[in-house]
Amino acid sequence: MKTHLRIALILAVVVSTVSFTTKKVSGDGYQIGDVVQDFKLKNIDNKEVSLSDYKAAKGFIIAFTCNTCPYAMAYEDRIIALDKKYASQGYPVIAIMPNNTTVKPGDSFEAMQRRAKEKDYTFPYLIDADQSVYPQFGATKTPHMYVLKKTKKGNVVEYIGAIDDNYQDASAVKEKYVENAVDALLKGEEVKQKTTRAIGCTIKV
Amino acid sequence: MKNSVYLLLIMSALSFGQSKSKAANVIVNGEASQENLEVYDFDEIEKFLNLDDQKVHVVNFWATWCAPCVKELPYFEALQEKYKDQNVEVLLISLDFPNQYESKLKPFIQKKNIKSKVIALNDTDMNTWLPKVNKDWSGAIPATIIYKNGNRHFYEQSFTYEELENQVQTFLK
Repeated sequence: MKTHLRIALILAVVVSTVSFTTKKVSGDGYQIGDVVQDFKLKNIDNKEVSLSDYKAAKGFIIAFTCNTCPYAMAYEDRIIALDKKYASQGYPVIAIMPNNTTVKPGDSFEAMQRRAKEKDYTFPYLIDADQSVYPQFGATKTPHMYVLKKTKKGNVVEYIGAIDDNYQDASAVKEKYVENAVDALLKGEEVKQKTTRAIGCTIKV
Repeated sequence: MKNSVYLLLIMSALSFGQSKSKAANVIVNGEASQENLEVYDFDEIEKFLNLDDQKVHVVNFWATWCAPCVKELPYFEALQEKYKDQNVEVLLISLDFPNQYESKLKPFIQKKNIKSKVIALNDTDMNTWLPKVNKDWSGAIPATIIYKNGNRHFYEQSFTYEELENQVQTFLK
């Protein structure tokens, strides 16, 4: 009995240590001004996509998003609109689905393919299948946006955060954070609001 | 580990049955929030995060659509039941969307027979209020604050029952 208790205690300590450690790793990641390491992830058309494929791009709008999160769903049309507005100006949207699909079957590769088709995604919808890319970025939730500017030294993080300030009602938005950031970069200006925060769905590990 | 949680839940259910008069207040809250959910913006919510009353306040941000939140709710319920006589108060702040209060949140509270106090936070300007809860909060939920008077700790993580109880006990010392 006593040994059992001791084992249980040791286990509890181990488990809590592990969960706290994992927590910390996902909280780190890119800060404003960091150069992003390129990645190679599978798109819904089964082809692999890297940032280096986009020779003509001036930068990128990276969207960590998914099929199932209510916030991601509320923002889906606005992500599509971002690509329609900015891809032609050199800032395409790259959407990345970071969730563990065993935990969230609604975010499976097949489900991603279906959703992208239903909504006519004009941008790649990549799966972070081994969940290695989102921790590099430090993404913790969906949706979680990163605006990158292509420079000589690489793709530099210029904005991290939310799309805008009203998830409930696109017509009531006062601050379009991502658009403001990209507009500033297109004009060669500094992004004024570099980070924002919003509630989102924790990325499922 | 799971078994002990179940046991706790069963025990708390039993003890609840026996001490009905004492728990009456809590259940009224449950029914009240079922019938008449209290909805606040952040300015109104802020007072619940800064009570100066010698109690240990365990404030959990959650939503019915958040699977890890729903998973850990029974731990908060068990904690509330076990420590209700030790000045521990659990408050569950729902971040469900307003258009789901009737269809999802209220039925959930009723179906799960949630006894801790549930209130809803409806404030779309998250970039303004999130840092006021905690400067390091990325916005992922579940997230929990445990505080007693000026002493507080913020947790952007999921809890096991053991982890939660351990944290609360550090505030009871």
